[in-house]
Amino acid sequence: MLKTFKLGGIHPAENKLSKDSPIEILPVPKRVAVPVGQHLGAPAVPLVKKGDTVKVGQLIAKSGGFISANVHSPVSGKVFKLDNVIDASGYRRQAVIIDVEGDEWEDSIDRSTEIKKEIILDRKSIINRLNEMGIVGLGGATFPSHVKLMVPDGKKAEVLIINGVECEPYLTSDHRLMLERGEEVLIGTKILMKGLGVNKAMVGIENNRPDAIKLMTELAKDYEGISVYGLIVKYPQGAEKQLIKALIDREVPSGKLPIEVGAVVNNAGTAFAVYEAVQKNKPLIERVVTLTGKSVKKPSNFQVRIGTPVADLVEAAGGLPEDTGKVIGGGPMMGKALYSLDVPVVKGTSGILIMPDEESHREEVGNCIRCGKCITVCPMGLEPWLLEKVVMHEDFERAEKERIMDCIECGSCHYTCPANRELLDYLRLGKGTVGKIMRTRKK
Amino acid sequence: MSLFTISGSPHVHSDNSTKKLMYNVIYAMIPAILISVYFFGMDAARVILISVIASLLFEYLIQKYLIKGPATITDGSAIITGVLLAFNVPSDLPTIIVVIGAFVAIAIGKMSFGGLGKNIFNPALVGRVFLLISFPVQMTRWPIPKPLFAQGLTDAITGPTPLGALKEELKKGDTVQQIMDNGVTFIENGKQVVYHIPSYMDSLLGDMGGSLGEISAIAILIGAIYMLLKKVITWEIPTAYIGSVIIFSGILWMVDPAHYVNPLFHLLTGGLMLGAFFMATDMVTSPMSPKGQLIFGLGAGILTVLIRIFGAYPEGVSFAILIMNAFVPLIDLGFKPKRFGEIVKK
Repeated sequence: MLKTFKLGGIHPAENKLSKDSPIEILPVPKRVAVPVGQHLGAPAVPLVKKGDTVKVGQLIAKSGGFISANVHSPVSGKVFKLDNVIDASGYRRQAVIIDVEGDEWEDSIDRSTEIKKEIILDRKSIINRLNEMGIVGLGGATFPSHVKLMVPDGKKAEVLIINGVECEPYLTSDHRLMLERGEEVLIGTKILMKGLGVNKAMVGIENNRPDAIKLMTELAKDYEGISVYGLIVKYPQGAEKQLIKALIDREVPSGKLPIEVGAVVNNAGTAFAVYEAVQKNKPLIERVVTLTGKSVKKPSNFQVRIGTPVADLVEAAGGLPEDTGKVIGGGPMMGKALYSLDVPVVKGTSGILIMPDEESHREEVGNCIRCGKCITVCPMGLEPWLLEKVVMHEDFERAEKERIMDCIECGSCHYTCPANRELLDYLRLGKGTVGKIMRTRKK
Repeated sequence: MSLFTISGSPHVHSDNSTKKLMYNVIYAMIPAILISVYFFGMDAARVILISVIASLLFEYLIQKYLIKGPATITDGSAIITGVLLAFNVPSDLPTIIVVIGAFVAIAIGKMSFGGLGKNIFNPALVGRVFLLISFPVQMTRWPIPKPLFAQGLTDAITGPTPLGALKEELKKGDTVQQIMDNGVTFIENGKQVVYHIPSYMDSLLGDMGGSLGEISAIAILIGAIYMLLKKVITWEIPTAYIGSVIIFSGILWMVDPAHYVNPLFHLLTGGLMLGAFFMATDMVTSPMSPKGQLIFGLGAGILTVLIRIFGAYPEGVSFAILIMNAFVPLIDLGFKPKRFGEIVKK
C-alpha cells in the first residue's frame, strides 16, 4: 500500500518538464565564484589568496566550526580575487573567484567510471571522510552530512531514510540521478547506514515516478536492509518531518530533530555524493541541477561544477526565453527569486526555474474570509491566518505560543489562500523575530 | 541586463479565489431560487431581485463614500447576502421592507465591521431578525404556495407555516396526532379555513408555507452537494447541526410523542435545511478548525430545538445561528487544530 503523511498537504501542478532529459555534463565555465558558506552553520575559512593556483578538488576553504563544511575548488586555475557575491540561494556571501585554466584534477581523486561496491572504511573513517570532502545535504537545507551521522549521546538511530521524493514541482535532478546512477545512490545509502550504525534503510519515492520506483526496487534487491517505498503524491512530502511520518508513522516532536524518533534523513543526491566521497575520494565539487520552465526551449538536467554562473546553464538549455519574468533558485514552492543570471550555482542548488512574466506576479490581496483552508493544508497543524494576524500586531509572545517556530515554510497556506494573503511572508517575519527573542532568552 | 521580479516563495498559487468561492455559493442557490419562483410565482423573483440589487447598491455606496476603499461588489458576497435575505422572508413582503432588510444586512451586519470577512454575525440573518422584530405582521404572513401551472387550488392567500401551526395548536392542548389528522382551523377574511399539515413528500419538495428559500429540502440538498463537491463548505457544521437536531428532538419525541413532534418533521419544515447548509456554514462567521465547527453545529442544533419547542417563536434557526456566531471567537480559541508532533501528556 502506498504511504503518505496525514496532516495537511497540497497537490500543486507537477510540471516535471525535464523528467525525460538525461543528465548532461555542462562544460567547465571560464570563471567560477565559490562561496565559502554554502552550508548550514558557520562559513568556511578561505585558505587561498589572490593569485594562487588551484587544482580541481583542492581544499580552498576549511570548515569553520562543528557545524560547518569544507569547500573545494571545482576547477583548476588561478584565484582572481576573494569577494562578496550573491549566490543561487539568495544570500550574499564571501566567495573565492577563480579564473579557469585547463582542467587539472588532484591525483587522489579516482575519476574512473567503474562502480566500487565494497565499503572498506569503518564507521569513524566514513564520518571523517564526509567531513573532509565537504559533503552537505543536497536537498536544499545543506546540513553538513558528517554531523548527521554523529548520533548524540542517549539517542539511538534505528533507520536511515533516503529522500527521493523531490516534491517540489518542476525539479527532476534527484529523479534523473536515481534513474541513471541508481547503483551508486544505493552504495551511498549503504555507506550512510554503516556510518550511522543502522541496518535498515528506507527509500521514499512518490508514485508519479514509477520508473524510478521500479528501477530502485529492482536494484535494491542486491542491497541488504534497503527497501524502496512508493508514496502518494503530496506536497510537502520531501520535508523531513513529513517523510518520517509517511514512512515510519512517527512524529518528530516540536522543536526536536529526527533522531528523537530514531530516524536520520538524507537526500538521494546526497547519497550519491557520499558514494563519490567515500569510494572515489571525490569532494563535493559538482552536482546535478535541473534547468526548467514553461518557456525554456530545452528543459534539462545538468551535471555542473559548483560556482558555475546560472547564465551558463540557461544558455545550454536554449537561452533565456523572451517572456521571462522571474528566475528562481530551487522549486516554485520554496525557491528564492534571483535578481540576476550572474549568480553561481552552490551545493544547495537543486534547480533553476524560469517563470514567464505572466506567472511572476502576485494577485491582489483581499480580506481574510476565514475559510480555514490554510489550517486544512498546513502539514504542521498550525493556524497560518492567526499567525499572520498576531505577527502583524507584533504580538510575538502569542506567535511563539501558537508555535510559529514549527512552521517549515513550505508555503502550502500561501499557495492555497483564496484571498491571496501573503501568509508565508508574515510567518517568516515572525519566525525571525521569535527566533531572536528565544536566543536572547537562552543567554 | 534585464531585472527579474523578486518576491518571497511560494512562486505559484492555486486557482482558488474568493470570487470563485462566492460564485460557487451563488450557483448552489440556483435550485432553491427556481423552486421558490415555481411555488410563489413572480413575487418570489421580485423579492430576490430587489434584495440583491439593494444589497449591491448599499455595499457599493458604503465602500465608496464611507470606507473609501476599492469597489468590492464584484466579489459576489453581497449577492449571496441579498439572496439569503430574500430566502428568509415571505414572498409577499413589500418592496420597501425588503430594501430596509438589505440595508440592515449590508450596512449594519457587514460593512460596519469593515466589510467582507470582518463581520461577526451572518449579515443576512441580522437583516432577517431586524425585519422580524420590526415588522412582525408582514414577516409572519406566509403566502400559500401555488405551483406555477396549477390553477385555483385553494381560496386562501396566506396560511401558517407547519411549525407555526403546530406550535399554536399544541398550546391549545391538542396532541400532535390530532393536529396531523385534523389540520388547523383559522379565520381569514371572515371565512373559516382548514389548514392541513403538509405531508413529508410535500415538505421535501417545497409545497408548504414558509420563507421563500427554505421550503424545498430537495433543492437545498442539491445545492449543498454541489458546495461539498466544490469544497466550498465542509461536512462538519451541517452534520453536527442536523444531527443534534435529530437527536435532541428525537429524545423529546420518544419521551412524549403526544406533545413533541418527530425529528423528521423538524428536519423538513422551517429553515433548518437552509440554515444548516447555507447560513451556519458561512465561513466568515463560523469556526475555522474542524473540531470547532462540530461544536458550533452542535450548539446551533440544540438552540434551534430549544427555541422551536420552548421559545416564543415557532422557528429558531436564525436566532440559534446568530447566538452561535457570537461564540465563534471563543470556540476558535478553545479548539485548536491537531498540531504535528505535539507532545501528548500522559
